[in-house]
Amino acid sequence: MRHFTRWSLAATAAVAMMGTSQFAYAASDCKELILGSAISFTGKYSTNGIHAKNGYDLAVKKVNETGGVKIGGNCYKLSIKYYDDESTPARTAQLLERLIKQDGVKYFLGPYSSATTKAAAPVVEKYKIPMVEAEGASRSLFNKGYRYLFAVLSTSEQYLASTIALAAEIAKKNGKKPGDVKVAMAFEQDPFSLDVRAGVIDDIKKFGLKIVIDDKLPRDLSDMSATLTKVKALKPDLLLISGHSKGAVTAARQIKELNINTPMIAITHCEAGKIISKFGASTNGFLCPTQWAETLSYKGKAFGSAADYDKLFKATFDGYTTVPYQSAQASAAVLVWKDAFERAGSLDTEKVRDAIAATDMKTFYGSIKFAPEGNNIAKPMVLRQIQNGKYNVVAPLEWASSKIEYPRMVK
Amino acid sequence: MLDNLNLLVIAPYLGVQLLLDGIFIGAIFALAAYGLALVWGVMNVKNLSQGEFVIMGGYFAWYMSTYGIHPMYALPVAVIGMFGFGWVVYKTIISRVVEKDMFTSLLATFGLAIVIQQGLNLAFGPEVQVAESGFPTHTIPIWGGEITVAAIRFYSFLICCVLAGGVVAFMKKSRMGQAIRATSQDVRAAKVMGIDTEKVFAFTYALNAAICGAAGVLISMIWVIQPFYGITHSIRSFVIVTAAGFGNLAGVLMASLGLGVVEQYGGFILGAELQQATVVGMLLLVLIWRQVQMNRVRQAVQ
Repeated sequence: MRHFTRWSLAATAAVAMMGTSQFAYAASDCKELILGSAISFTGKYSTNGIHAKNGYDLAVKKVNETGGVKIGGNCYKLSIKYYDDESTPARTAQLLERLIKQDGVKYFLGPYSSATTKAAAPVVEKYKIPMVEAEGASRSLFNKGYRYLFAVLSTSEQYLASTIALAAEIAKKNGKKPGDVKVAMAFEQDPFSLDVRAGVIDDIKKFGLKIVIDDKLPRDLSDMSATLTKVKALKPDLLLISGHSKGAVTAARQIKELNINTPMIAITHCEAGKIISKFGASTNGFLCPTQWAETLSYKGKAFGSAADYDKLFKATFDGYTTVPYQSAQASAAVLVWKDAFERAGSLDTEKVRDAIAATDMKTFYGSIKFAPEGNNIAKPMVLRQIQNGKYNVVAPLEWASSKIEYPRMVK
Repeated sequence: MLDNLNLLVIAPYLGVQLLLDGIFIGAIFALAAYGLALVWGVMNVKNLSQGEFVIMGGYFAWYMSTYGIHPMYALPVAVIGMFGFGWVVYKTIISRVVEKDMFTSLLATFGLAIVIQQGLNLAFGPEVQVAESGFPTHTIPIWGGEITVAAIRFYSFLICCVLAGGVVAFMKKSRMGQAIRATSQDVRAAKVMGIDTEKVFAFTYALNAAICGAAGVLISMIWVIQPFYGITHSIRSFVIVTAAGFGNLAGVLMASLGLGVVEQYGGFILGAELQQATVVGMLLLVLIWRQVQMNRVRQAVQ
């Protein structure tokens, strides 16, 4: 029995080393600098959790290959200590405590999802340990006065807000008043979608549009034909839907089945729901917000352009036909750490925190500059339209590669 | 809410649309509910993993469609596959709890439901999936062409009718069907008469899984599936069976269609977030009504 235990220990160690060797480099003259993250490898966030991990790993590899992190004349190689939070917020908080107390990690990358980040924030706050997160977009993370939480992504109230300005603008161009523009909304009852809704409502008030439907979708949504039947009767000019990928898939399927011909439809999570490959031409004309797209003309030092990152990512990891923005923003978070360490010139967590707060950099993922609340205010949300089965950037105009099709093509 | 009611008055054709959608989807509810009634009636097991069986059936359709096979072909595959799965589950789990009290079988099937959910999650991931039939949507050329019928909904309605008819004929005519009915009346008497009740139980449970599998294939082509979506299907089945009773296919069918329609109207009038709440609300109403009914019976006996 003892033999067996020893053998299995050795085997486990060997396997573990094989696992990490992919990103481990000879630490001859560089010391090791450990970032920690509790992120979802199993459970309901596992797919995106692994996308995020791949993003972190790719950026760590890139940083180490290009000379590592230089802090006050010393050279450091980055590495990440991961734990699986099983997609459970309570577990995220426990594992962060463990990373801090037992493993002595002093610098954090975020978990995946707003829910788990919400659980993580009080922990890092308590121990005064900075965390740069890339996957929690909820507005509620940035109105609590957290000092040690920073996010590289755009917050969720920006997801669909830009469609309102767009609709008002189109109405003006067609000689209508914004007050004549009717908006139908269907949002899930969860923190993310309610944030999206809050942003939309603000802009509807600002532009003076008219809300005709304001439905709430259930968490385990699989049928929204009742809502869409109302859309059919009230003929809104703009239809907004947010309910993660299940919302996107259900909406795309039933918009087709019920022949909904609203001229402008915007849905979150089109990419995650893979609606183009599922429903083909019937999805043409949908507007889909995204944090990042490889066609954008963003550029940075570490990875080059967005397109370069896209290429490198696909070459490094098998099985990706498009690079999820979850991976891109995860990589950007690692770049923020490197930049902040080098500017701080120290490993002291307070000094590094202040350096992160003063970040002002351009990356392949867009510009990064943090508000005092910790969210990134330098990068806009991008709106893409499905045109001939492809996602084309149509707003904001500065980065747009195509013109918006209005009204949306209805067969 | 009043706005929505008003809408129905102004545009009555919307009511027709809701009615059609409700009836088409209700027919699929009937399949899973009948399976539950069968298992409940014959072996007194309240199968809490009913919805998970439905979702498993859906994954057959989705998985085959990822290989470019039309999901309709998944129907026989799912029926056979789920029949086998049901048999194995009976032999390994259900046969051990069938004689025990209600609580044990509830716990066992609840556990089974969780295992299936997590198994599907591990195997296929937590994403929402659909199997796309590619069938067109037809417009009914009255009321200005505002009413649409998706061909897949109509076909699945027909398939449900055929399957239900098949099950009824099987229960009436075949030896196994007769044995199942005999066992449901009195297990001990059936045993005395030489019926292998163990085999009857296994067959009943497997048949239930097969019917659920068929329902799942259709659901995946009309709605969406996800490893954790079984629970609402389980609840619907329980509502229907509680309302209709066991061994009463006509009752199950009527209750299912009714539930489908009520759900659509509930979603329309009360808002989409209360669509599933209407189902639970119906369960409550049914239970109250049953209670009143039973009181009345008791009084008559006194």
